[in-house]
Amino acid sequence: MQRTTMDLWVGFFVLLGIGALLILSLKVGNLSTYGAKQSYGLVGNFENIGGLKVRAPVKSAGVVVGRVTDIQFSLETYDAVVTMRIGSDFTFPKDTFASILTAGLLGEQYIGLDAGGDETMLKDGDKIMITNSAIVLEEMIGRFLFDKAAEDDDESF
Amino acid sequence: MLKRIISGIRGIGHRVIDSTWRLGYAARFFILVLLKSTTSLRRFGLVIRELYFTGVLSLIIILVSGLFVGMVLGLQGYETLQKFGSESAVGTLVALSLVRELGPVVAALLFASRAGSAITAEIGLMKATEQLSAMGMMAVDPVARVVAPRFWAGVISMPFLAAMFSVMGVFGGYLVTVVFIGVDEGLFWSQMQNNVDFRIDIANGVIKSFFFGIAVAAIAVFEGYDAPPTAEGVSGATTRTVVTSSLAILGLDFILTAFMFRGIS
Repeated sequence: MQRTTMDLWVGFFVLLGIGALLILSLKVGNLSTYGAKQSYGLVGNFENIGGLKVRAPVKSAGVVVGRVTDIQFSLETYDAVVTMRIGSDFTFPKDTFASILTAGLLGEQYIGLDAGGDETMLKDGDKIMITNSAIVLEEMIGRFLFDKAAEDDDESF
Repeated sequence: MLKRIISGIRGIGHRVIDSTWRLGYAARFFILVLLKSTTSLRRFGLVIRELYFTGVLSLIIILVSGLFVGMVLGLQGYETLQKFGSESAVGTLVALSLVRELGPVVAALLFASRAGSAITAEIGLMKATEQLSAMGMMAVDPVARVVAPRFWAGVISMPFLAAMFSVMGVFGGYLVTVVFIGVDEGLFWSQMQNNVDFRIDIANGVIKSFFFGIAVAAIAVFEGYDAPPTAEGVSGATTRTVVTSSLAILGLDFILTAFMFRGIS
């Protein structure tokens, strides 16, 4: 085969391969949501994080504003220290309320931010003071049964 | 009786020493190829010629198999997922299984039987017809001139082929579930994009296929170079290429997966 046709085919092959990689990263994957966007870090202490995972989304009013980057256990307060990165476009007041929520009945867990009314905004490395733990199903059932038993006791007297 | 036992044990020892020696020889040959590849990378035309034979000519089988694998994945995934009422997750299922596992592995298996065997047969036949010795006589290093370009062509084309396989598979899954069955198109793509991560899934898949490319190409050129210079020897070497590289791909896949995806749920 002639050299030039071979070169043409190989060039075609390489372009097709690069195109496939691009489709994979942009159409199939979520590279487009990464970008070189600026972000800042926030920290929150939670009594119980349930099944929260690193990379879980941080949402406010249902819109993804950031992601969880790190989960540590604090030996001083014996609770979970969750570090998250929020896109710089999204600034939140100092008295923002963070809670761990579940998407759907069996869905993934994420952090929900409810903005407060403070004038000063949270900065990089700041700590979210008001947090709400994940709801653990066993604890909820336990509390329900306990209340039920207490009610029954009241009725019997 | 005792003699027979001793000769049995001797047979085991002989086999172990033989295979260890062969493994060491293969490792030395691999390093030799790497050392001599500077010339072939400088004369890149040689690599391009081999890229045509290993990469471009493997396109048809890779694209068609990718399409069908994706279609089957879509069909089977839909059958199971619709029992739980989550048939929109079929896009995630197809994309994740293709990008993480099936794309690199199946493409590498096909590549080993399509291109690896051809490389082995070619080099083996060159050796059997003493073309390699003739090159040596003319002070042309056969490892630099024949072996290294084929090795690099295999390494370069493998990630591209795996990526094309995955894209065709996703397209096949889309075709079956969205176009034929009627899963919602928007949910199909958005679920997929939400759950396929660039760094964890796609980049690791590409790294995997790169390693498979190295393994298949190295085994193919080694078996060809090491083949006994007879018709029987070349045919045996070709068979060994396919068997060894298939096993190497699956074993490597387990090791790489254990390193990449452990601790990710």
